[in-house]
Amino acid sequence: MHDPNWQPRIVAFFCNWCTYTAADLAGVSRIKYAPNIRVIRLMCSGRVDPQFILTALAQGADGVLIGGCHIGDCHYSEGNLKTLRRFELLRRMLRDMGIEEQRVRLEWISASEGDKVRSVVDDMVGQLRALGPLGMPRRFEEWDRELNVLEAEVNGAQAPAGAKPEAVHA
Amino acid sequence: MHDPSNNGDVRIGFYICHCGHNIAGMVDCPAVAQYVGRLPGVAVSRDYKYMCSDPGQALIGQDIRDHGINRVVVASCSPLLHEHTFRNAVEAAGLNPFFFQMVNIREHDSWVHTDRAEATEKAKALAHAAIRRVRFHRALQTTKVPIHPDVLVVGGGIAGIHAALTLANGGKNVYLVEREPSIGGHMAKFDKTFPTLDCAACILTPKMSAVRAHENITLWTYSEVVKVEGYVGNYTVTVRRKPRYINEELCVGCQECIKACIYKEAKFPDEFNVGLSKRKPIYIPFPQAVPQVVVIDPERCLQIKTGKCKRTCIEACADRQAIDLTQKEQIVQVKVGNIILATGFKLFDAKRIPQYGYGRYPNVVTSLELERLVTSSGPTGGEVVLRDGRAPKSVGFILCVGSRDFKTNRWCSRTCCMHSMKLAQLVREHTGADVTIFYLDIRAPGKGCEEFYDKSLKDGIQFVRGRVAEVTDWALTPEEEGKLVIRAEDTLAGVVRRIPVDMIVLAVGMEAQADAQQVRRLFNMSCGTEGWFLEKHPKLAPVSTFTDGVFIAGCCQGPKDIPDSIAQAGAAAAEAMALIDRGYIEQEPNTAYISEEDCSGCKSCVPLCPYKAIGFDEARQKAVVNAALCKGCGTCVAACPSGSIHQHLFEDDEIFSEIEGVLAHA
Repeated sequence: MHDPNWQPRIVAFFCNWCTYTAADLAGVSRIKYAPNIRVIRLMCSGRVDPQFILTALAQGADGVLIGGCHIGDCHYSEGNLKTLRRFELLRRMLRDMGIEEQRVRLEWISASEGDKVRSVVDDMVGQLRALGPLGMPRRFEEWDRELNVLEAEVNGAQAPAGAKPEAVHA
Repeated sequence: MHDPSNNGDVRIGFYICHCGHNIAGMVDCPAVAQYVGRLPGVAVSRDYKYMCSDPGQALIGQDIRDHGINRVVVASCSPLLHEHTFRNAVEAAGLNPFFFQMVNIREHDSWVHTDRAEATEKAKALAHAAIRRVRFHRALQTTKVPIHPDVLVVGGGIAGIHAALTLANGGKNVYLVEREPSIGGHMAKFDKTFPTLDCAACILTPKMSAVRAHENITLWTYSEVVKVEGYVGNYTVTVRRKPRYINEELCVGCQECIKACIYKEAKFPDEFNVGLSKRKPIYIPFPQAVPQVVVIDPERCLQIKTGKCKRTCIEACADRQAIDLTQKEQIVQVKVGNIILATGFKLFDAKRIPQYGYGRYPNVVTSLELERLVTSSGPTGGEVVLRDGRAPKSVGFILCVGSRDFKTNRWCSRTCCMHSMKLAQLVREHTGADVTIFYLDIRAPGKGCEEFYDKSLKDGIQFVRGRVAEVTDWALTPEEEGKLVIRAEDTLAGVVRRIPVDMIVLAVGMEAQADAQQVRRLFNMSCGTEGWFLEKHPKLAPVSTFTDGVFIAGCCQGPKDIPDSIAQAGAAAAEAMALIDRGYIEQEPNTAYISEEDCSGCKSCVPLCPYKAIGFDEARQKAVVNAALCKGCGTCVAACPSGSIHQHLFEDDEIFSEIEGVLAHA
């Protein structure tokens, strides 16, 4: 079991017109929700490069939330459709990488749905708490260490006896 | 990744705003300033009570001059509120305004969290992200786009009329589109207006004819906007002009055709009189209608429906030949720079509260129906009568029907208290009947309104506080025989009362138009949860929307009375006028651009752009972004397989550094 005081960290990408505005509305309405979310503002959810999501997870996020306008309501008419398409592809990849589905979430939240920001964030925090930390940076370190050991073994086996050990490529 | 060292010597100034207690109450601002002050590249880190105030802005300018700050980060409210303010402050101090980044720690932090330590940690993480990001910022220039001087006003109620006249008087060309056959809206149906009791027609109809006569106004009634393309300054609007089967240019409004109609008796419900009177298939909506042009209802006209009619109307029109039964709808296109929406409201359907008996008891009427009855030009010539023609001896008003009610609409419709008191005074004046008003709270804000309430009390109108439980015709006593009984708890006296009356008036509340969602999509706007069009800021930008160049006025934005509608209409006209007279708008430089050496010419970006802003140079086999057409969504940037498309203000390295920044702080 993970540390009960552990707090999941969510990196969120919100589109300027709907979901970012909805989060502003939640603020103006003084709706209270979990403080685990860090919002990055983009003009459109269509700007979300799958690389952003992977980088966030690799750098230590436990979950990623993408927020866009409802289908049909995109400020740029169809950016969110592109997001949806990419998201479906990415989801398959994440599954193959062993990353649980609940960790990366796409939600349509319109400018008037301040309360949906609360319900989505609180729900996601609850799910991540149950899943525990993703801990990608730690896993990368482990994998790096394993690789280094392997590399050293391979190099050691090949090196002629008595020769100076080559510097291991870190 | 772009190397920030090429971006010159970075000296960041960080400012965290207390916003009085709004932020400082939940975030330890000095602690955040101290934390940020230790981050690499930060030269100055301060906290201040109100960063948006003059001294706050001056602080930034001072540091730019004295400490050689060349990047500015302000942690305060939402960038949607004050990004512009701070960019201007940065620019005023001689720095490019885009060397600025804002951190939202009010709407996204202090206002939504309850734990001071956690909120402070979040503020640190968000600030850290901005500090990392701002290194990569580059000097950018806004582009100037010219504004087409013409304006489209949608909706010909009092708000639309006032906005159109204001602009036209200012010398601007206005297209006023109204879907009904006449302009005038709800106000045209009113007898008198509160709290002055001046005649509604006397203040409205001159404005209506001014619209008709104004050389700068093109009036299209019986028409609807079907398509809107473009953006602020350059909208192309497509309008569908429904066939009224009359040539508007030729009709003089003599109404001979109406007299000559094969239907000798008017037998179809008259929309203007909310069904209280009848009209013919060929009709003029109401005597003061603008334009004074008849209209033919294709659903009722014998000739149009069956082709078997003597066409007496055409005969009556004779040489004028204004009647054209073969008329087809017309599609017209106009170019405008700004759009004002004044599409109004619809009344709550009283049948949704069945216990009040509307539709079941004939003498239960809505406030608008009573309004038509008291109007001298109405179906009864101003006589307040029951369905059987008798004058009522007692009238009960039920307030908040479809307002302030968790089962229907939660909001206060704002006008019904005053409207009902006005009607109550008119009923007493016309009939001398006893009037009882059942209310939850009397809301009489505004000039002269509380005094009007006092007058109502002095005039002998009875007020009972409590929500009415039901209306019934089940008499329990001889006095209740033949009457409608209102059963309500009198919450001031603490008793349940049964009050028998002859007529019951339901003060129905206001709702967003049934097609508000379609209209908002058409104009690329947002609606609030209740369906009203969403303003850009409830206080600072009450008539602006999130779409530049689209403004809202009147009840489409929320319930309001006539003075407030007109005030908003004037404000919307002034906002449009300000844009037109400046002649251009400065566009956010967040467009996409292509680094040609990386572009492989795969063309996958070309079909992605909804604005056709990406072209392809066949000779050089490279994609080309037309910055004038690009709206800055960034969809192509995320899609480019070779990473050769970039977006100003949202560069990959800026976003990656933000991701690193929010996660760097544990």
